[in-house]
Amino acid sequence: MKRLVTGWILLLVLVAFLVLGVTLVHPFGYPNTSDMDDYMIENSQEETGSNNVVAAVLFDYRGLDTLGEATILFTAVTGVLLLLRVSKRKEESS
Amino acid sequence: MLSKIVRTVTNGFIPFIIIFGLYIIAHGHLTPGGGFQGGAVVVSGIVMLLVAFNSQELKKSLRERVLSIMESSGALIFIILAFAGIGTVFFYNLLVGSPIFGRIPPTGPNLGDIWTGGVIPLMNLAVGIKVIAGLSAVVLALALFSGGEEVEE
Amino acid sequence: MMEYIPLDFPFIAAALLMGVSLYIIIFKKNLIKLIMGVAMLASGVNLFLVSLGYRAGGGAPIYTGIPKETMVMPVPQALTLTSIVINVAVLALMLTMVIRIYRHTGSLDSEKSRKLKG
Repeated sequence: MKRLVTGWILLLVLVAFLVLGVTLVHPFGYPNTSDMDDYMIENSQEETGSNNVVAAVLFDYRGLDTLGEATILFTAVTGVLLLLRVSKRKEESS
Repeated sequence: MLSKIVRTVTNGFIPFIIIFGLYIIAHGHLTPGGGFQGGAVVVSGIVMLLVAFNSQELKKSLRERVLSIMESSGALIFIILAFAGIGTVFFYNLLVGSPIFGRIPPTGPNLGDIWTGGVIPLMNLAVGIKVIAGLSAVVLALALFSGGEEVEE
Repeated sequence: MMEYIPLDFPFIAAALLMGVSLYIIIFKKNLIKLIMGVAMLASGVNLFLVSLGYRAGGGAPIYTGIPKETMVMPVPQALTLTSIVINVAVLALMLTMVIRIYRHTGSLDSEKSRKLKG
């Protein structure tokens, strides 16, 4: 019973905080400052030479984040293949 | 194993799915897409193969050593391309201006030339190979483990 | 502030999605339902991140289609791609751990797998 009441109070406080916090950002469709994105849209065809601005941002301007993400993918694949192995158990092993 | 009709239709569909995924990977600098998205499309085709055929049958075609070599070489090519322009900065785009992938497109909206982009299409290919090999190994291991057989050491 | 709230529908939808997933995580006991709650939380965060970069009347930031004056901001879309891949990796690890727990204890109840025994 006490667990139920605590759970509901916690949930209501968190949802109220989330809804309040989400509406205090800039109004939808009119961002405040976008200097970095304007620079990237202007100069991505001369400096990187690709038509796709998102690919240029992912692999050229912010390539270090993509390197970290590739590392995370590699670690997750290694972890999954490690957890799903069963070594051959011998009779005299402890 | 499912019935004969499902197996025949799957065999007929799988080249189109793989070619569509490779198209999304290769045109990553012209259209929406890139390495991760194209890799996910190819892996969903492999999941379709896994559902139609038995996982024991698929284990004979997708050997573990081949998948491991593919994933490691994809990560290595990505890191070598990142270190290639270390004279200026870490992720320097050193192929812009050179005759391999280095044409500069005209400013403003244009139709798109595939030989543009610098080092970006090569990075897309490396990441695409890495995602295909890694995620298909994960899916195959999950199917083999739940089917009662363990992936042996 | 009161006249901004009726127009912020994508933000409020992302917040409600996160609220529903928090309800699932707090009150449900089945392990598979907990994993679904975590996946829904990831979807809510990705939706919020993409809708932060919208400019009114804009289009996709690709030079093949539209001129450059009406493009949306491209950086939140790149961050969302990274977030999606990281969520896939975390979900794969969680699912293999649930498979191992089921083999070891024989039930999918989170109350039964709390005790540290054998």
